[in-house]
Amino acid sequence: MSAGEDWQSYVRGLEELAGRSGLSFDRVEFEAVPDSFMMEIAVYGLPVRMPHWSFGVRYIYQLIQRHMGHSRVFEVVFPGNPGHAYLASSNGLAENILVTAHVLGHADFSRNNLLFRRCQEQVSEHIVEHAASHARQIQQAIESYGMQRVEAVLDAALALEQHIDVDQRLRRERYPEYLPDTKALVDDEFRRRFAALDPAAAAGAFDVRKRAPIPPHPERDLLWFIATYSPEMESWERDIFLAVREESFYFYPVFATQIMNEGWASYWHARLLREADFVPQQAYLDAIKCHSDVVRPIAAGQQVALAVNPYHLGFSMWEKIIEKEGLESAREIMKQDDDFSFLRNHLTRELADELGLFRFSARHDGQVKVLDNDLPMLQDTLLAPKYNFGAPSVSAAHVRTDGTLELEHDHTTDGRGLDLERSRKVLEYVQRVWRRPVVLRTIDQNGSTLELSAS
Amino acid sequence: MSETGTEKSEAGLAKWYELFSRGARDWLRHDEKVRESVREHLPQIIAGGEVISESARTVRVPVRMLEHYHFRLRRQGESQGAGQGKVKPGDVLADASPDRGAREKGQGGEDQGEIQLLLEIKIDDIVDWLWEEMQLPNLVARTGPSEETDWTREGWDRRGARSRLDRRRSVKELVKRKGSHGGPASFIDEDLRYRQLARRRQPAVHAVVFFMLDVSGSMSDRDRKLAKTFFFWVVQGLRREYRSIETLFVAHTTEAWEFSEPEFFQVTGSGGTVASTGLNKVREIVDARYNPARHNIYLFYASDGDNSVGDHAEAHTALLDISRKTCYSGYVEVASGLSRQLATETGRLFGEIAAEGLAAGSYVVNDFDDVWGAVRHFFTGEQKALEAGP
Repeated sequence: MSAGEDWQSYVRGLEELAGRSGLSFDRVEFEAVPDSFMMEIAVYGLPVRMPHWSFGVRYIYQLIQRHMGHSRVFEVVFPGNPGHAYLASSNGLAENILVTAHVLGHADFSRNNLLFRRCQEQVSEHIVEHAASHARQIQQAIESYGMQRVEAVLDAALALEQHIDVDQRLRRERYPEYLPDTKALVDDEFRRRFAALDPAAAAGAFDVRKRAPIPPHPERDLLWFIATYSPEMESWERDIFLAVREESFYFYPVFATQIMNEGWASYWHARLLREADFVPQQAYLDAIKCHSDVVRPIAAGQQVALAVNPYHLGFSMWEKIIEKEGLESAREIMKQDDDFSFLRNHLTRELADELGLFRFSARHDGQVKVLDNDLPMLQDTLLAPKYNFGAPSVSAAHVRTDGTLELEHDHTTDGRGLDLERSRKVLEYVQRVWRRPVVLRTIDQNGSTLELSAS
Repeated sequence: MSETGTEKSEAGLAKWYELFSRGARDWLRHDEKVRESVREHLPQIIAGGEVISESARTVRVPVRMLEHYHFRLRRQGESQGAGQGKVKPGDVLADASPDRGAREKGQGGEDQGEIQLLLEIKIDDIVDWLWEEMQLPNLVARTGPSEETDWTREGWDRRGARSRLDRRRSVKELVKRKGSHGGPASFIDEDLRYRQLARRRQPAVHAVVFFMLDVSGSMSDRDRKLAKTFFFWVVQGLRREYRSIETLFVAHTTEAWEFSEPEFFQVTGSGGTVASTGLNKVREIVDARYNPARHNIYLFYASDGDNSVGDHAEAHTALLDISRKTCYSGYVEVASGLSRQLATETGRLFGEIAAEGLAAGSYVVNDFDDVWGAVRHFFTGEQKALEAGP
């Protein structure tokens, strides 16, 4: 692996340069892996992850994409201490130098960005190892309970993987069993005298606690709610739900800061490379060529793209911010923001025009028409697929006395109803583990309330 | 490091990572699930007319990849997105194409685009699934001279062919003779035991199945295909289920011919319909070659039911005669598009035979979906209870 060895020798130099440039990151372990393994990491999102047939479907799509030359994964990096970076062993020297610098940008981001830090504190800095141990735990469950039963649990859990609440802690307490006493008794003269008469009776007489309904408020964290309050799930089934949930907690910041994070890493790989005088001229030129491929907004030979390349958008935004406000304030923004605040606060009119961003409408019959480039609307359109982890707002509303689980879709937030056919299938998945009827309220095409059920 | 050396170590490395390959394994599981669901929808699948081919022992079934469902918002007629490039508001970037809207509506497709898989399924597997609980109606074990004979093992003897020497048994004899004496023991002729064989008569379930097809002009291509699909799966199933079974193929218009199996599945014809010619042909073959006392005889006849009216008496006589010799006579009415529910000339014919207490039955096949129903109708035990003759 001559190319690989050459590349390794630049890692130290790049790390030192990054440190001097103000990046702060935990140690990253670099590993060159075969393309086939690279592809699996991209499909599963983690190097070793639980088995499920749906990953097989993604795997095949990825395989087809690769054969058609559409997609190539240069690197995948997992935050942590140490971080793990996997580089495709088919990368050339220049690509690997670029990718190393890129990975250092990510490592800086994931160590300093608040959302990342908060989620990592919950999940720990060893998600790669945790995921592998989940995979093992599920493999053991398959051996003990059989493929069919474990698959039924995973069908449900993975279908709900986006339905978590990152504002709550990963290890959550059950709801308080009783309602807080709203009419707290005043500590008045009468009460004191009454208590003095017979302390035991007094304690009972004023103990008017009311049992809290479950859930006490609409619960967005469906994975946690089902694992915690399902009347009949077995403990190994609950464990699988919680394992999926933990991985989702890990994935959330990656998802919610993609534009910032990829932009930040792209900005730094470009800058570090520019400043790395120890990189040979040819490798530098090749790397810059590779850089411009990665952050290219519009496919070669085309005038218009009907999608916005997050690498390009983030990269351009960071360049502009650093140019105008300096590196220090850029680092502050990097620490505080996620994609929502980043785009709302820092995608300016000027930059949007410079980049030629626009909104379009695509009709069912294939017609695509340019609408406008109104900035707030543009920001909204870019962010729309990111709200709520990219999933409709469905929460657990109530558990009836017969154990029926009531789910509620918040259609006012989402602006329209759910896809009924798919929702019904998800209800079937959930019903199989909840083991009592499951119902879901949403609206139909005409806006009237509709209740789907599975029992 | 040399080129080949590099390649070798890379291959070794790839192998090492193969140990962690989950994608391939999960893909296999997906494949398995597809096969399971295909199996559940077998009736619709076997119906595919392309199935019938003698050479290929597999069926190709186009399937869509399974979708793992998530909550999604309802698709809108119009969706919005953000793009990049030099454009003005109002620019049309892609024109409407009329066929596209229609196609998408039908599929409700995912964002990833549709990929169709061609699943190859062995015909034997399908037959296994189909015929799990199928059997020939009224099958009776018949004994007679032409029954199967078989050699079975029966006892031991001191003489015999070397190949039938029973070592275990011989050692036993040796031990018996020598008792618990120690020392080297050697076999003598007295010890050797040979397995004996005896000729045994087995009650035979010898079945002869006639497949008769109306290929007259009134049978459309589709009708013929329906009938042949039905016959194809019956033949496949019966062959698999029963060790010795004879199949005979007769086609008729106003004349009748006996065909070999490959010819039969290719046959087309034109002209009028005189069912009695076919029935007489079957009767002729039965009388010449088979004995109802020794053979379980079956007749399955497929037609659109448009027999010429003048033929009723003659057809009735022939069918009555045949039905007295058969274990069961089945009529499949292939009436694509029309649903006449056996109110046809031929439908009446079989109805009359059943009314006379003979084992006969009918089934209407309007569509390829009905083929499976027909197979079930004739070959499950329930049917026997409903329609069995004396």
